Amino acid sequence: MPIVVKRKPLTFLEKLYIPEIVRGLTVTFRRMFFGETVTLEYPEQRPPIPAGYRGVPTLVRDPEGREKCVSCQLCEFVCPPKAIRITPGEIPADSDYAHVEKAPKEFDIDMLRCIYCGMCQEVCPEEAIWLQNQYSMSGYTRGEMVNNKAKLYELGGTLPDQHFKWNKKKEAAENGGGHH
Amino acid sequence: MELTDIAIKSIYAVIVVSVLMGFCSYAVLAERKISSWIQGRVGPNRTTLPIIGSIPYIGRFLTRLGVFQPAADGLKFLFKEDVTPGHVNKVYFILAPVLSLVPALTTVVVVPFGYFENAAGEVVNLVLADLNVAILFLFAISSLGVYGVVLGGWASNSKYPFLGGIRASAQMISYELAMGISVLPVFMWLNAPGTEGTLSLVDVVNSQGGALWNAMWMPGSFLIFVVCIFAETNRLPFDMAESETELVSGFHTEYSSFKFGLFFVGEYAHMLVGSAVVAILFLGGWHPMPFMTWADFGVHGWLAGVLSVGTMIGKLCGFMFFFMWIRWTLPRFRYDQVMRIGWQMLLPLSIANLIVYTFVIYFLERP
Ligand code: SF4
Ligand code: SF4
Repeated sequence: MPIVVKRKPLTFLEKLYIPEIVRGLTVTFRRMFFGETVTLEYPEQRPPIPAGYRGVPTLVRDPEGREKCVSCQLCEFVCPPKAIRITPGEIPADSDYAHVEKAPKEFDIDMLRCIYCGMCQEVCPEEAIWLQNQYSMSGYTRGEMVNNKAKLYELGGTLPDQHFKWNKKKEAAENGGGHH
Repeated sequence: MELTDIAIKSIYAVIVVSVLMGFCSYAVLAERKISSWIQGRVGPNRTTLPIIGSIPYIGRFLTRLGVFQPAADGLKFLFKEDVTPGHVNKVYFILAPVLSLVPALTTVVVVPFGYFENAAGEVVNLVLADLNVAILFLFAISSLGVYGVVLGGWASNSKYPFLGGIRASAQMISYELAMGISVLPVFMWLNAPGTEGTLSLVDVVNSQGGALWNAMWMPGSFLIFVVCIFAETNRLPFDMAESETELVSGFHTEYSSFKFGLFFVGEYAHMLVGSAVVAILFLGGWHPMPFMTWADFGVHGWLAGVLSVGTMIGKLCGFMFFFMWIRWTLPRFRYDQVMRIGWQMLLPLSIANLIVYTFVIYFLERP
């Protein structure tokens, strides 16, 4: 149902312009001295970031400090603009997590390519890559805009996830028999 | 004229022009601040100076107020790349900004801004040249300002500036008439039969001392004149020549850096002179209130000089504020509306006003 806005014909006073101009002036005058300021002074003040925001993709660790990424390269494969480049690496045999087999040796995300689509987060079987609330990236060179592994972990922090899937795997393997 | 006279006059002129320039740059700041306050923003608040800016509270306060911003703006205008597009008519392109600034600065010559009493008790008016035909000089020169705009628009050799220039000239012609006619009652009142004829601005101010200000008993003239001043200075709601939403930025679309700065300063200088003329013709000039002069308050000597100049500057700033306040309140008129208001409303109104005041002045008892 369309709503028809009735326009009243202008009264004589309104047709005179001047009273209406004065009315407009009072409105702006009130705004000038009693109106609230809505500016967010950016670098010092930041807008609140809503949950589920897709900011810069980052890598996370689990609460024990193990890097969650197992270097399966699914994210590299799925990334539409091919922003991710992973060099898989072995986990040393004397490590506590030797049974995980692999971890990324190098992990670069080119932020000049990334389109913040969130596919990498979606596809990761280990919940190791997350788009978090960081949104302002800048640099003077192209090289600076590529986040390497150290940077990604620094941005990512720890995922408070008490699942510890790989510990269970290890237990199951040591006790013999599969883990489900 | 003696050589020392010329030297003193030159020094006065330099002082007046530099004060005017200072006012211009701070008028730009005021414009930005007022617009941002009206729109719920904060305006320029980051520019700071090394030493003054780091004084504990004052420095921060001044920085937040944007007091140092004009310096940054000025430097930017000086040092940005000055692009002269290849398709322009070089000579006129360079001439245009100069032509729009020079008339504005020239008109200041006849604008009186105060008085003081010298040791002998004589009243000395503070004005660079107290011409007897000051108002004619002022109208004649200030309307030359539009040549800068028209020339800039034409020499730019592109569509939007061209349209801006055309609009500016049409608007100028339409409003000059109403403006001239609307001030006639003021001078009819001034030149009563039997007195020595004068068109001097100083005399206009003096005639309002100890009497009603002209704006109070000639509201019609005042209103028409103010509207015309808005149109003449190309200010919103009459900024046909610029109208950034329709013509990019009108006549100065192709201008950059220092040349654009000249146009910019020219506009504000025009506004300042316009405000001063309104204050002088209708708002009692340097008289503090109707029916009272500074002499009535018992102020004499150099103190009268300080106070009269202060009053004048106060009124000037008040009217500048009004200019800006209107700009951020009223939307721009359409071009045809501007023409209609000019020819079909203001011109007949000003003629009617003239006739009415001819009779009023004829029958009015002179004090
Ligand atoms: S967010 Fe999208 S574009 Fe960016 S790295 Fe992940 S998959 Fe690639
Ligand atoms: S981040 Fe996830 S998807 Fe990408 S390689 Fe590591 S485990 Fe695989």
